[in-house]
Amino acid sequence: MAFLKLYCRNRSAVLGLIILIAVLVLAATASIFFPDDPFRLAGKPMSPPGENGYLLGSDTLGRDVAAGIAHGARTSLLIGGLATTVAVLLGVVLGGFAGYFGGWIDDLLMRVTEMFQTIPSFIFAILIVAIMKPSINSIVIAIAVVSWPAVARLVRGEFMSMRNREFVQACHIVGMSDWRIMLREILPNCLSPIIVAGSLMVATAILIESGLSFLGLGDPNIISWGFQIGAGRTVLRSAWWVCTFPGVAILLTVLAINLVGEGLNDALNPRLRNRT
Amino acid sequence: MNLTAKRFRYVVKRLLQAIPVVVAILVVNFFLLHMAEGDAADVLAGEAGSATPEYMAQLREKFGLDKPLPVQLAVYLKNALTFDLGYSFRHDMPVSKLVLDRFVPTLLLMVSTIVIAVGLGIVLGLLAASGLNTWRDNIISVFALVTYATPLFWIGLMMIVVFSLKLGWFPTSGMENVAMFYEGWDRVKDIAHHLVMPTITLSLFYLALYTRLMRASMLEQAGMDYVTTARAKGLTERRIVFGHILRNALLPVVTMAGVQVGALIGGSVIVESVFAWPGLGMLAFEALFARDLNLLLGIFLLSALLVVAINLIVDIIYSFLDPRIEVE
Repeated sequence: MAFLKLYCRNRSAVLGLIILIAVLVLAATASIFFPDDPFRLAGKPMSPPGENGYLLGSDTLGRDVAAGIAHGARTSLLIGGLATTVAVLLGVVLGGFAGYFGGWIDDLLMRVTEMFQTIPSFIFAILIVAIMKPSINSIVIAIAVVSWPAVARLVRGEFMSMRNREFVQACHIVGMSDWRIMLREILPNCLSPIIVAGSLMVATAILIESGLSFLGLGDPNIISWGFQIGAGRTVLRSAWWVCTFPGVAILLTVLAINLVGEGLNDALNPRLRNRT
Repeated sequence: MNLTAKRFRYVVKRLLQAIPVVVAILVVNFFLLHMAEGDAADVLAGEAGSATPEYMAQLREKFGLDKPLPVQLAVYLKNALTFDLGYSFRHDMPVSKLVLDRFVPTLLLMVSTIVIAVGLGIVLGLLAASGLNTWRDNIISVFALVTYATPLFWIGLMMIVVFSLKLGWFPTSGMENVAMFYEGWDRVKDIAHHLVMPTITLSLFYLALYTRLMRASMLEQAGMDYVTTARAKGLTERRIVFGHILRNALLPVVTMAGVQVGALIGGSVIVESVFAWPGLGMLAFEALFARDLNLLLGIFLLSALLVVAINLIVDIIYSFLDPRIEVE
């Protein structure tokens, strides 16, 4: 409750949470309001918004844009969530090892991290998806591979600052194993920056996914916002709505997640709270 | 040791540090190529329509594809050192030539983007920080927040709808009007006219980033002791901001400009494919459609090297801007 109160002090974070919940509801109810396959040709092509029974118009093949947006919300949230989970797990394991053990393990892992941060990440993601063939799996892997270094650096820093604290030394003295110290003692103490970084990463993951599917690298069996925009760009002159509305959906979702992330940051880091 | 010698040693040290990164990128590139289904022999056979197993084996021997992996890796590294990046069968040209041909438009787009994004970002960040929590600060912060959340390709498409299709101010695509055969200044003007929308699109995201960074950096510096000292000396606010705070606040922005080059190249793939700007990004988009992996890997390699080079240059510039770095 106290946490909720702290969170609600930040008004834009509350706004973000409301938008995010709306997107979640949209994704959850997509099959109820739009029971048909969003790829199905629903009727007259290129209908402007509000005509022929289309709330947001239809595209070149007569697919319902609104249905695509509702079902696309699932894709975006699913891929954003999955990719972030994989990236955070990878980053926590590698960063934790580097920070806890130090020495050559740290050197080696940090060199690898630096290399991954040097590589232009979006082109790397394109390559991975192109080589593995576009599918949900390859997209999740690609986004995770380009996102983990940031988490690894963060976790490494946290573990390094913790490993010589008195409570960790006490754990060593009572004979706890390294695993147990890392998992049960240190990790819970650095969860809040990880949660904040993870929530902001979901937003980036959704942006990367939309970019990939815009370029034609989305999973061909699943509708997504980026795919809708990519498919609609050829008729930009005559049917602006096909590109416009999915873009608004991306913008609102990413904005909401960023606001929530910042709100979490303010609420979880008491030291930052009074800073302007 | 005097300062010049120290600086020289620093530059050499940074150059040596870059070598393992470059080698590692080459190795990653090699293994990506191997992860892909099919090899050069399959591609050639596919182009020819059909091939006997004997012919395929012969082809593999010719390209050294029958050798063990470490040998192939060594050959690949040797080739890459002489900038031989393989052959693009779709374009019927060496990858290195294709990539270098398309390099200049991308560089043009990137340089203009960095100038706009960093320059305007510094100004907006300064404005926001100096009018802390006023309407000016709030508008700039909201603007940064919204552009930070907008996908680049969508901004580009919306700009085409508004400024090209509705208002007719700017051309929708391409780098120049080839049919007009412009020369000299007319050509420069024509290219600049085509450059406006891609640059603005690509700048917006990074503009948001630099604005936020500059604002935070200004606020952080404003709380330092030396600012109190300057104020105690009786300097005017204007001199404190421009003569003292600004200089120090710029340092993180310079570092960030180097770090963000990799992301900028990724963004240019999207922006170039939206505006059909004939650079590396557009080439990558074409390679993607043609399933031309050799070419895609060449572009990847060149962009990774570009990032390493620019980071090196930024670090060296940084060591001139911030003498404290010599202490380490």
